[in-house]
Amino acid sequence: MELVQPKSYKLRYKSLVLLFALFLLLGIAAYTFLILKYDPSLVNLNERLLPMSWEHPLGTDHLGRDVLTRILLGSQLTVGYGFLALLAAVAIGVPFGVISGFKGGIVDRVLMRIADAFLSFPDTIVAIVLSGLMGPGIENLLLAIIMVKWVNYARLVRSTVLIERQKDYITMAKVNGLSEWRIMSKHLFPHLIGHVLVLASLDLGKIILLISSLSYIGLGAQPPAPEWGAMLNDARPYFQSVPSLMVFPGMAIVMVVLLSNLLGDYLRDKFDVKKEVAQ
Amino acid sequence: MIRILSRRLFEVAIFLLLITFASFLFARLAPGDPVLSMLRVDDVSVTNEQVEQLREEMGFNDPLLVQYGLWLTDFVKMDFGNSYITKQPVMEMLLSGLPATLELTAGALLVMILIAVPLGSFAALYRGSWIDQISRGVSLLGAAVPSFWLGLILIDLFGVRLGILPTMGRDGFISAVLPSVTLGLAITSIYVRLLRSSLIDSLSHEFVRAARSRGISETRIFFSHAFRASLPPVITVFGVSLGSLIGGVVVIEVIFAYPGIGKMVVDAIRARDYPVIQGYILIMAILVFLVNSTVDLSYRYLNPELRLKEKRKS
Repeated sequence: MELVQPKSYKLRYKSLVLLFALFLLLGIAAYTFLILKYDPSLVNLNERLLPMSWEHPLGTDHLGRDVLTRILLGSQLTVGYGFLALLAAVAIGVPFGVISGFKGGIVDRVLMRIADAFLSFPDTIVAIVLSGLMGPGIENLLLAIIMVKWVNYARLVRSTVLIERQKDYITMAKVNGLSEWRIMSKHLFPHLIGHVLVLASLDLGKIILLISSLSYIGLGAQPPAPEWGAMLNDARPYFQSVPSLMVFPGMAIVMVVLLSNLLGDYLRDKFDVKKEVAQ
Repeated sequence: MIRILSRRLFEVAIFLLLITFASFLFARLAPGDPVLSMLRVDDVSVTNEQVEQLREEMGFNDPLLVQYGLWLTDFVKMDFGNSYITKQPVMEMLLSGLPATLELTAGALLVMILIAVPLGSFAALYRGSWIDQISRGVSLLGAAVPSFWLGLILIDLFGVRLGILPTMGRDGFISAVLPSVTLGLAITSIYVRLLRSSLIDSLSHEFVRAARSRGISETRIFFSHAFRASLPPVITVFGVSLGSLIGGVVVIEVIFAYPGIGKMVVDAIRARDYPVIQGYILIMAILVFLVNSTVDLSYRYLNPELRLKEKRKS
């Protein structure tokens, strides 16, 4: 094992916590698909604002919709879409970063100017501006997130490539006459995965927070979509009489973000990525 | 100094060009008609002729590139005209909201400093103690709790149940308390951790031992040596996240119905009120430019090495 001795206790403890959380999520997901008995958008005015019960484990909302069902299905929107946006950002950013770092020259300079420009603006403002200009909606929000986030990966990968390409194994590969494409994909790429994974798992939390906050203020997913932020917005007039409507979607967000942050910390320790890179 | 400023200005210009062009394309291709939403405001039924006439008047029938050219010219001239909805001049309207936004930002910073500095310092001084554990828990949880949810909880607790703090609008100092606390708590977590690790680093330096051997009191060592030395990394991150603070204000303003520039732009986005959105983008660009350049310059001031390097170069 490549684990360093003094760290191993901490790592094992953390991985146990993560494993437990993962199983919990799997269990919840299994529940969703096996026992899901309610339509998330079925309005049933006879069963408005019911308290917790065996029928409705988390109660019902102001339109009589089952809250648990909506939260579980909402994970597809909040977490699923967040993951999708992240994947797209990585898929765009990593190749650009590799090319930029490996080739250098004019491509590198133009790309990095663009990256600097985007990095100088905070994510939230870019997302708000973009969804403002393109109109509110979850698709536009995702597009905005991708446009904001790919830059980070291009930047990170480029700087890693700049360090890696000085190393002997790349020179050896070049001496052996391998094509540039092969060097980039087979030799360079495996060295980047750790860095990218760490940044990605920390980013997932941020993206989820962004999606749910913008959905809450009405710039993301539109009701009746069971997105967690939009659910909170939907139920706001009823918080005083039924506080659970406020508690559960929020808890769902906190748990998922916490988990992805812990995963990020864990991966950072495991791959031993320096802190500066991850920030 | 001029180099820093011009570099930052260049960044802002590139960003504006790219983002406006991309979003201009998307916006005009996307569904949703600003002309219709403009006419709908008056709540009278509109005929197709009226729609067509207004569309022609506002230039929506010109080719896309011409529209973008005109749009950009107006943008550079800072001439945004009037809001479609309130009919007020855009700049006047947005500038009237700016003080409220800056007020919240300042309040949030104050809250952040009041929490992060003591918590981070004690966590660094007493590593592994219960206060260090607390600081760890706070920062872990703080990074995961969405600020709008925190705001809702605080409103419910202090506004509705206890009824001691106002939760809506802007009416003097007291109405800024809850939104500032919400926003401040939301950004605190990074700084607690950062200050802690930076302090631990600077406390282990030679100069601290040297100061101790000279018999300087621990309090004095902490405040005038270690604390100062631990600031540069904190300020760098501060500079980076000051922008996201300005972004975070938007959500908080909407929740607390605080009449700042952020709430204005969200209302404008919902109503597809383009001139206001344009004005907001420009104001944000200026703000980001100011913030970034100030951070660059203050970093140079705090880190003499950087200044010397530059001098040697020239």
